[in-house]
Amino acid sequence: MKIHLKFDFNAVATLHLERLLAENKVTYKSENFNEIELLSSVSHSDYQLFKELLQSNGIEIIENQKVILVQKIKSIILQMIQNQDEVHLKTSVYLSEQMNQSYPSISNLFSEVTYTSIENFIIMQKIEIVKQQIISNQYTLTEIAFKYNYSSVAHLSNQFKKCTGITPSAFERIIRKRAALTN
Amino acid sequence: MVNEFTYIILADDDEDDRIFFSEAFDELKMKTKVTLFNDGTQLMDYLKQPNAILPHILFLDLNMPLKSGIECLHEIKANARFKDIAIAIYSTSASDDDIEATFVSGANIYIKKPSDFGTLKKILKDVVTINWHYQSSGLNKANFLLKI
Repeated sequence: MKIHLKFDFNAVATLHLERLLAENKVTYKSENFNEIELLSSVSHSDYQLFKELLQSNGIEIIENQKVILVQKIKSIILQMIQNQDEVHLKTSVYLSEQMNQSYPSISNLFSEVTYTSIENFIIMQKIEIVKQQIISNQYTLTEIAFKYNYSSVAHLSNQFKKCTGITPSAFERIIRKRAALTN
Repeated sequence: MVNEFTYIILADDDEDDRIFFSEAFDELKMKTKVTLFNDGTQLMDYLKQPNAILPHILFLDLNMPLKSGIECLHEIKANARFKDIAIAIYSTSASDDDIEATFVSGANIYIKKPSDFGTLKKILKDVVTINWHYQSSGLNKANFLLKI
């Protein structure tokens, strides 16, 4: 039997981290997603061990200030895409409110670190969700376009093609053929 | 992207294409390390060494003597050790059916070799950037398909 999974990456990651910290008896305060404060003082060697432990579990401690900010911007954008119905502000206004910085400085920093504009990053993430929806076989492309606020199926198809170089139907066909090969 | 290097390998029997490729990365200044191989056999011999540094992205020319890009692709996809490598087919034009067949066989990216250097630079920059997002932004690699 084959089942399709959709992950809430934030929830999975948070749960995983909480378990790790509990197992290792680390006392901490959770600020928000991807930010924790350690409540006991940590020696340098313990910190290195802790860092390696997290790393072997797929979690990286970010020490570069710019990268930290970009990570914050990314998680705000992801939450925004996932809760589209609740956020009615323009991305630029919402981001600068959340980050407490002007949009041009946020946008420059983001491009500097990721070589991608915020606009392109949002499109990339939306197309990624569309891919998951296509593979899940639960919705038609028309329904997906409506669900994610595209003005029409054509608009969605065009953006998909522009972003990936292939059409949604070619994408679906390739993934289906791949699955048939491995079975 | 700030701190870490992206490791890149190209296997291509055409010397000019190899030179353009590495010069494009030199000029892009994106913190990449590029290794070149002249054919598929050399490439696979290298990858199979237990201590080989596996690339983040492997660019494969399709028509190479001794071992073709498709043969390399099949060998790589059959070996779990290589599962994290993004495979980019780097070739002169092919039919849509041929392109689709390489995707079905497990390629992530299909690049039609451009005729001018400026376009090549832009394409390589886009590929490295998008690949980096697949590594760092929680995107699902199984869905990574890109045709440029």
